[in-house]
Amino acid sequence: MTGALTLFPVVALSPNNRGACAFRAACEGVFPRFMTNLFDPDSTTNLYEYSVSELSGSIKRTVENAFDHVRLRGEISGYRGPHSSGHAYFSLKDDRARIDAVIWKGSFSKLRFRPEEGMEVIATGKVTTFPGSSKYQIVIENLEPAGAGALMALIEERKRKLAAEGLFDEGRKQLLPFMPKVIGVVTSPTGAVIRDILHRISDRFPVHVIVWPVKVQGEGSGDEVANAIRGFNALEDGGPIARPDLLIVARGGGSLEDLWSFNDEAVVRAAAESEIPLISAVGHETDWTLIDYAADVRAPTPTGAAEMAVPVKADLEAQVATLSARLKAAVTRQMEANRQSVRALVRALPSLDQLLALPQQRLDRAASSLGRGLELNTLNKRRAFDTAAGKLRPDMLASRIAERRQMLDQRMVRAERSVERLVDRSRSRINRADAALAGLPGRLAHEIGRSGDRLKGLALRADTALATRLSRERSALAAHERMLLSLSYKNVLKRGYAVIRDEADAVLSSSGAIAEGQALSIEFADGRVSATAGEGGHIAARPRKSEKPAPAKKPEQGSLF
Amino acid sequence: MTDTAKPADIKGLSFEQAVAELESIVSRLERGDVALDQSIAIYERGEALKKHCETLLSAAEARIEKIRLDRAGKPQGVEPLDGQ
Repeated sequence: MTGALTLFPVVALSPNNRGACAFRAACEGVFPRFMTNLFDPDSTTNLYEYSVSELSGSIKRTVENAFDHVRLRGEISGYRGPHSSGHAYFSLKDDRARIDAVIWKGSFSKLRFRPEEGMEVIATGKVTTFPGSSKYQIVIENLEPAGAGALMALIEERKRKLAAEGLFDEGRKQLLPFMPKVIGVVTSPTGAVIRDILHRISDRFPVHVIVWPVKVQGEGSGDEVANAIRGFNALEDGGPIARPDLLIVARGGGSLEDLWSFNDEAVVRAAAESEIPLISAVGHETDWTLIDYAADVRAPTPTGAAEMAVPVKADLEAQVATLSARLKAAVTRQMEANRQSVRALVRALPSLDQLLALPQQRLDRAASSLGRGLELNTLNKRRAFDTAAGKLRPDMLASRIAERRQMLDQRMVRAERSVERLVDRSRSRINRADAALAGLPGRLAHEIGRSGDRLKGLALRADTALATRLSRERSALAAHERMLLSLSYKNVLKRGYAVIRDEADAVLSSSGAIAEGQALSIEFADGRVSATAGEGGHIAARPRKSEKPAPAKKPEQGSLF
Repeated sequence: MTDTAKPADIKGLSFEQAVAELESIVSRLERGDVALDQSIAIYERGEALKKHCETLLSAAEARIEKIRLDRAGKPQGVEPLDGQ
C-alpha cells in the first residue's frame, strides 16, 4: 500500500474534477506490477511490461487529462507565421524551458492578436502528446499579450509596419471642410461620447449628423468601426442616405485594452483610405491609438472633434453682419464723397453772366471810344498837316538856297586863299635853298685853303718836335752809357779782380762751394783761363778770398751815390 | 440691378469663398479707389454674397440621424437617434 500512498500527491496536483481519472490512470501503471509479480514466476521482477504504444497512449491520456485546460505564460519563439495549412507552429519558452505550441487553423482565425516572435503571451489551451515521436505540445485556443508592455510593443510594431506603407504620410492628410453640411459620426449610439459631440455641434453650428452605431470595445469592434468608415465612404451623393463631408471616429477614454480595436489594422487602413476627411477622437488626450496617425486630424477628445468639425455659427453671422455693415458704410461714404466733390466743383463753376461780364465790359468800352477816337485821330492828323503845309512856301525855299549859296561862296574863298598861301610858302623855301646853293663853291674853296695852311703848320711843328726829341734822347743815352761803363764789373777786373765760375759757368762766390779737384774758370779783365782746385796754402787762399769782395764793394757803393 | 447672371455663380460658392469675396469687395470699397459705376456693381455683388452667406448659415439645421443596418452590416436607411 505504500505505492498507493505515494500516489496521493499526484492526485492532489491534478485538476479537481479530473482527479479520479488521473488516479485511475496512475493505478493502471502501478497495480499491475503487483499482479504480474504474483503470477509470473519466470520473471526476475514483478514490473508490468508495456508495449510502446500502450505506454505512449497511457502517457497521452494522463497528460491530456491532467492538463486539458491550462493558462501558460511564455515568450513566443520560432514563430514564422501560419503554415500553408493554416495551422501555426512555434514554441513558448521562458529562461529555462521550452514547450512546443500549435494553433490550429480554426483557432488562429479567431485570435485577437497576431502572434509575434519574442512577444510575451498568455496562451490558453490543452497539453497533448504526439505519440509518434515522443513529444508533447500545447494546443493553443486563445492567445493574449501578457501585460501592457507587450501591447505597446505590438502597437509599435504595427505602427512601424503601417508607416512603412505610407499610411501615416503627411501628404495623405486632407483638409477639413470649413463648413460641413453633413457629419458622419462612428461611435457607440449610447453613452456620453455621442451626446457630447452632438451637444457641442448644436452649440456651435447645428448641422445634419448621421451616427453609424458601432461597438467600440470587445470582439469584432474593430471590424465594425472599419466597416462603418468604409460604409460612409460608400454612400453616394444624392442617395437615400446623405453622404457626410466629414467623419468623426470617437470613443471615450479607457484602458489600453479598451481602446484596442482602434489599433486594429483594418480600422487604421479604413481611416487612411477614407476619402471623406476624418477626425479621430479616441480616448483622452494622452491616449494615442493607431487610428490617430492615419486620421487627417486627431482631436484630443470627442468634444474637441466637434469643435474642429464646425465653426461657431454666431461668429460667422457676426462676421457677415460686420462685412455687410462695412459694405454699406463704404459705398455710402463713397457716394457721399462723390456727391461732395461734385458739389464743390459746381460751387467752383462760375455763372454764365460772370463768365461774359468782363469781355462784355471791354467790348462796351471799346465800342464807346471808337467814334471819339476816330475824330481825335482825324484832328491830330489835320493839325500835323496844317503845320507841315504852313511851312511849305517858295520864299522859304529861296532863302534856304541863298543861305546855301553864301556858305558855298565862303568856302570857295577860303579854299583859294589857302592854295595861295601854300604856293607862297613853297616858293620862298625854294629861293632860300637856291641862295644857299649859290655861295657853296666859294665857302668850300676857303675851307680847303684853311685846312692846307693848318696842315703845313702842323707838319712844320712835327719836324721841329721830332728833331728836338731825338737830340734829347741821344744825350740821355750817352749819359746812361757812361753810367753803365762806370758801373761794370769789368772795370773792377781792370783793377786786378777776377771772377771764378764752375763747369756750368755759374759764379762761385764762396770757397766752401769748391771741391777738391773741381774744374774752374777764372775771368780776368782781359780774358778767361781754366783752372783746377787743388793743393794750395789754406792761409793764402783764405785772405785772398776775403780781400776780394771787400774792394769790390766799395766802387759799387760809391757808384750808387 | 444686374442680378440676373451673378446669383447663379454665387450660389455655387461655399461659405468660405463667399465671405472671402465679400471681404475683398468691402476692402476695395473702403479704399475708395473704385470707379463709380463699378462700385455700384460690386456693392450689389457684395449684397448678393451677404445674402448667400446668410442663407448658408440659416440653412444649417440640427438633424440627428442614425444609420439602420441590415444583418450583413449594410446600411438600410436612417432613423432618428434614440435619446435625442
